[in-house]
Amino acid sequence: MAVLIDKSTRLIVQGMGKEGTFHARQAAAYNTNVVGGVKPGKGGTTVEGFPIFNTVQHAVTETGANASVIFVPPAFAADAIMEAADAGLPLVVCITEGIPTLDMMRAVTFLKEHPQTRLIGPNCPGVISPGKAKAGIIPGNICKEGRIGIVSRSGTLTYEAIHQLTRLGMGQSTCIGIGGDPLIGTSHIDALALFAADPETDAVVMIGEIGGTDEEDAADWIKTNFRKPVVGFIAGQTAPPGRRMGHAGAIIAGGKGTAAEKMAALAKAGVNVIRSPADIGHAMKEVQPKPA
Amino acid sequence: MNIHEYQAKTILARHGVPVPRGEVAFDAAAAREIAQRVGGHGQVVVKAQIHAGGRGKGGGVKLAHSPDEAETIAHDMLGMTLVTHQTGPEGRVVGRVLVEEGVHVARELYVSLLLDRTAGKPVLMASAAGGMDIEEVAATTPQKIVRVQIQPGVGLMPFEARQIGFAIGLDGPQVDKFVPLAAALYKAFIESDASMVEINPLIVTQASDLLALDAKMNFDDNALYRHADIRDLRDLAEEDQLEIEASRFSLNYIHLDGNIGCMVNGAGLAMATMDIIKLSGGEPANFLDVGGGANADQIRNAFKILMSDRNVKAVLINIFGGILRCDVLAHGVIAAVRELGVPVPIVIRMEGTNVDEGKRLLRESRMNFTTADSMDEAAKKVVQLAA
Repeated sequence: MAVLIDKSTRLIVQGMGKEGTFHARQAAAYNTNVVGGVKPGKGGTTVEGFPIFNTVQHAVTETGANASVIFVPPAFAADAIMEAADAGLPLVVCITEGIPTLDMMRAVTFLKEHPQTRLIGPNCPGVISPGKAKAGIIPGNICKEGRIGIVSRSGTLTYEAIHQLTRLGMGQSTCIGIGGDPLIGTSHIDALALFAADPETDAVVMIGEIGGTDEEDAADWIKTNFRKPVVGFIAGQTAPPGRRMGHAGAIIAGGKGTAAEKMAALAKAGVNVIRSPADIGHAMKEVQPKPA
Repeated sequence: MNIHEYQAKTILARHGVPVPRGEVAFDAAAAREIAQRVGGHGQVVVKAQIHAGGRGKGGGVKLAHSPDEAETIAHDMLGMTLVTHQTGPEGRVVGRVLVEEGVHVARELYVSLLLDRTAGKPVLMASAAGGMDIEEVAATTPQKIVRVQIQPGVGLMPFEARQIGFAIGLDGPQVDKFVPLAAALYKAFIESDASMVEINPLIVTQASDLLALDAKMNFDDNALYRHADIRDLRDLAEEDQLEIEASRFSLNYIHLDGNIGCMVNGAGLAMATMDIIKLSGGEPANFLDVGGGANADQIRNAFKILMSDRNVKAVLINIFGGILRCDVLAHGVIAAVRELGVPVPIVIRMEGTNVDEGKRLLRESRMNFTTADSMDEAAKKVVQLAA
């Protein structure tokens, strides 16, 4: 079944620049139904065969799109998110890195009045349901169709996890990159809740990072709500406090958000927490329920 | 981005937060003049301006009873290496001092504004236990910190500021002064895209006035493009030279103490690579994310930075090729090493798009690369080579 995207996804791309166009093509090559792109002022034209619309609203009316992926530059990306929500899209995936935090604060506030819209990201690699569809930049060729869910705050580290699973013969139901910013649309808990309700997901890899309390919150939630096996890894065990480790959200501030705290909370919740990022695949092999 | 106390006070004052009279001095003679101007013949405080807290205990805040004394203190302070619990043992060289009028303190409070990530709202925090390390207050007596979440669309309302003001023990007339102060603080936070504003201590003077005796502001790097005035406040002397160099190349680099240089694509994978080096018994020399769209130029730039760090005894390249193809990476690494003549062992682990072609290129280059098929193997090899 997978979560968030599948064969029924009708995807539009907001921001058909070089990067957006490249990934529109990649998604289409992965057999995702890419129904068009949005580029204000270029409505009525096509880019590489994709019909272009001036507004998201118009794209939705014309194509019946039900999901959007955003490659708009950081200064305009929060606006693009709100436009997608206003058009009623149920799924909005924002890849853009570097959006000002206060812009995202406004977008997150706006989204509270548009509960039909789920935002993934920003500053994330997007979502892929192997063998079905993808929205974002996760390379399809490293994935394998299967029954493990992945939720992660990181990009290439997610690819690493996918690769380790695939290499050991474990396919994925859906891989969700939730993003490395301080304010994101979908938290670890939100993603876990999706996997909890998905009968085709047997177990989950959860990849967190230093900064914030999303992993601690997820640990609390897992304890009482999540029955599937979870393998957890937290990046930044050796990160110095007070330094932003690439991602805007990956910072140990005020003594909070350390890897040690997060790992302890997850272990207490029954998650199989691994210290080495090289052990993701093997740890999953151990906890994965045997096929009936 | 961080700025100095005097710069933060200037921004806050512009928005209406009361601060003591004072000015920055870059030399002792200027300190004397300022002391005369702001203190008359009364007391002034000379405060070392560095981007780290704990200055008082390290000898970076001193009281002067005359302009002469202010000059002497400034003379000693400028150029000294100030070591505090936040600077690390190497300390920071003081390049400027703030000379401020002395004030009579009746009470010390704490107030700050930052983003509550979970709620997606700014939160105003305050405490009657001002002047202390607020992290310690939060850890030992969290009940002494009061907070209110602010609705982004509405802003800080007077009733919220009143609640906070009374909760930290201000009386009615003082709360009347606190409400506009908190509003000014919120305005400064929003209008400058700050990620944090902290006044510690906020003092109640013996005359019952409120004054920001110290101030700290951090800004959202992602929003600096729309704040040229704040960008201008950057003090390069406060930053690591290699990090400044790396930022010119748009490389995400953080200088650390170890001897294994790391080059990785993606922030999460870069952190994980540091972690696995440490687990394998080594110490990373840096965090370096070359980004998802790294090309040959970026790889050469990254090598330049890594090689400028004299501590680096071996380099680990860990690239997961998605958009960045492994063959492109291999070409980049080979070209960079040829051009720069990298004198330390290099361990390369790459995976993903066109990995076989990439590996073939490395092999056929007949250069001294050590390759590895997994992160684990790569980390073990590089630790060995650096030893």
